[in-house]
Amino acid sequence: MLAFAIRRAFQSFIVLLVVGLVAFSMFNFVGDPIDNMLGQERTDADIERLRTQLGLDQPFPVQYYRFLEGAVQGNFGISYRQGRPVSEVISERLPATLELAFVSAVLAIIFGVALGVFTAIRRNGWAANTIMTLSLIGVSLPTFLIGILLIYLFAVELGWLPSFGRGDVVDLGWWRTGLLTQSGLKALILPAITLGLYQMTLIMRLVRSEMLEVLRQDYIRFARARGLKDKSVYFRHALKNTLVPVITVTGMQLGAIIAFAIITETVFQWPGVGLLFINAIRFVDIPVMAAYLMLISVMFVSINLIVDLLYFAIDPRLRIEKSGSGK
Amino acid sequence: MAKTVKKPVLSVKNLSVEIPTRQGILTPVDQLSFDIEQGKILGVVGESGAGKSMTGNAVIGLLDPPAHISGGEIRLKGKRIDNLEREALRKVRGKEIGMVFQDPLTSLNPLLPIGEQLTETILEHLPVNKNEAQERAIAALEEVGIPAAAQRINSYPHEFSGGMRQRVVIALALCAEPSLVIADEPTTALDVSVQAQIIALLKRLCRERGTAIMLITHDMGVIAETADEVAVMYAGRLAELGPVRNVLTSPTHPYTQGLMASTPLAAKGKKRLSQIPGAMPRLTDLPFGCAFHPRCPIAKDKCRSDPAPTIEAGGGKAACWYVNGEKS
Repeated sequence: MLAFAIRRAFQSFIVLLVVGLVAFSMFNFVGDPIDNMLGQERTDADIERLRTQLGLDQPFPVQYYRFLEGAVQGNFGISYRQGRPVSEVISERLPATLELAFVSAVLAIIFGVALGVFTAIRRNGWAANTIMTLSLIGVSLPTFLIGILLIYLFAVELGWLPSFGRGDVVDLGWWRTGLLTQSGLKALILPAITLGLYQMTLIMRLVRSEMLEVLRQDYIRFARARGLKDKSVYFRHALKNTLVPVITVTGMQLGAIIAFAIITETVFQWPGVGLLFINAIRFVDIPVMAAYLMLISVMFVSINLIVDLLYFAIDPRLRIEKSGSGK
Repeated sequence: MAKTVKKPVLSVKNLSVEIPTRQGILTPVDQLSFDIEQGKILGVVGESGAGKSMTGNAVIGLLDPPAHISGGEIRLKGKRIDNLEREALRKVRGKEIGMVFQDPLTSLNPLLPIGEQLTETILEHLPVNKNEAQERAIAALEEVGIPAAAQRINSYPHEFSGGMRQRVVIALALCAEPSLVIADEPTTALDVSVQAQIIALLKRLCRERGTAIMLITHDMGVIAETADEVAVMYAGRLAELGPVRNVLTSPTHPYTQGLMASTPLAAKGKKRLSQIPGAMPRLTDLPFGCAFHPRCPIAKDKCRSDPAPTIEAGGGKAACWYVNGEKS
């Protein structure tokens, strides 16, 4: 198990190194930032000075090494557009995105698993069939459209919820949260639903199909033949056996929630890193783009690592095999 | 049969199971009747698809929809159980009727320790607390011959061999002390060397407790060694029912006769085993009259037009117009 964890950590490190290379390559291939940073009335001397200041006159490997050295320390240089350290700009915006992603993920998992189990147990009931049909909407409608529809219904027509922004926030020093104020919570509802709906329907359909598969297994028949209660058969025996594939996909989706927050944040003008990234692209603010890319990949990689370790917690058969082969 | 004085544990009368399909209604079990007395073992034999397992599932109330009991009655210790509500039937399962499945590798939940699977069953059916349930679980494992049961109670199913797992399954089926055990091909998935042990174990435990067994199998050897009575099924119908000695040595129904002639055990000494020509008909196109007539060596016109009556023959019952080749 330990050997496995170390091996996976090493693989994660390689992945991050590769992503780092891609992120860094942007500096060389996505236009010349100097053009954007200096106005029309620039001299060659200005250009040269800025180039040296930003380290862009150094050879490629040296630049890459410096980039990595900085990245490890959380230093991604200066935002071309805002003129402030990228780490500062991002850490300012990160709480908004993480709160949104967290609430979406919790909604998606709770409702996804509950509805998945329900539709599997009552697989021919009208309620289950209705839910399955509705879930097609969640799977097939694009996120921005769902967001706009929700805004139209709940913000424009009914006027119950705000259509943009984050509401009032409370400053906890290093973290500004919108979860503690009423307006913050109200502002969170629509974006969280928009962001989580796709994941919810995906988890639901996955849990359903896995449950149907497991319910056909002999040990479920045997559990019934032993006269166990339905509740115990479904949740204790069946649901636990569906968890390995469900956790795999859910883990991937958590990463996707953070990454795809870009669209939701744009629709709702949510002041998170996704919106920051979109603006960075518009202004070719490469340090911000590179840092965002690294941030997302770190999240993906660590979620995957956690998912792999969770397998061991769930399935005892893996523990034995690994402790046998991995010494 | 006037000689039956003891009240049977399980009494099945004219049981029919139907499955509605697009091609029409299938009848995998048709007008089946049999009794099992306390402490006795009834062997149910037949080819694949003869309706053996379907009968077992009907008795314990685990038919997969759309299959359902369409007629007849099932009585357990005199009480009807075929028309019970879902919840009442659940309380009968495990408590009154235990079941052992074919494949011990897939009958146990891989993610739960065997001890937990035992205690959850015990707690469900018996008025005991957790500690007592744990003690009972260990005792149950010891009884089925799991060595060092107290240490192994927290082991997972994959840490046991196939034979040991089937012992655990038997412990699970018997832990609430049911009066009937349905064993559906309990040895088919096991090594030949382990099969005899498992059968002996099942037989010993049931004799000690007076538990009746419905032993579903297609292994004539197992039947010969174990069963008191044997029911031969063909295409969902009872072909022959009688004491095991009579049925094995002097079968009266032409199908049973063919079956015995094709079994190595019973056809000892012969150079070549004989075979019954043809195959069992599918449920979708059962022949008119007696379902066996297309393969029957003594079939006559009557067999092609009318279903065979069940009559007393050879100390038991047989469903044939011409038992032993004679007109009845």
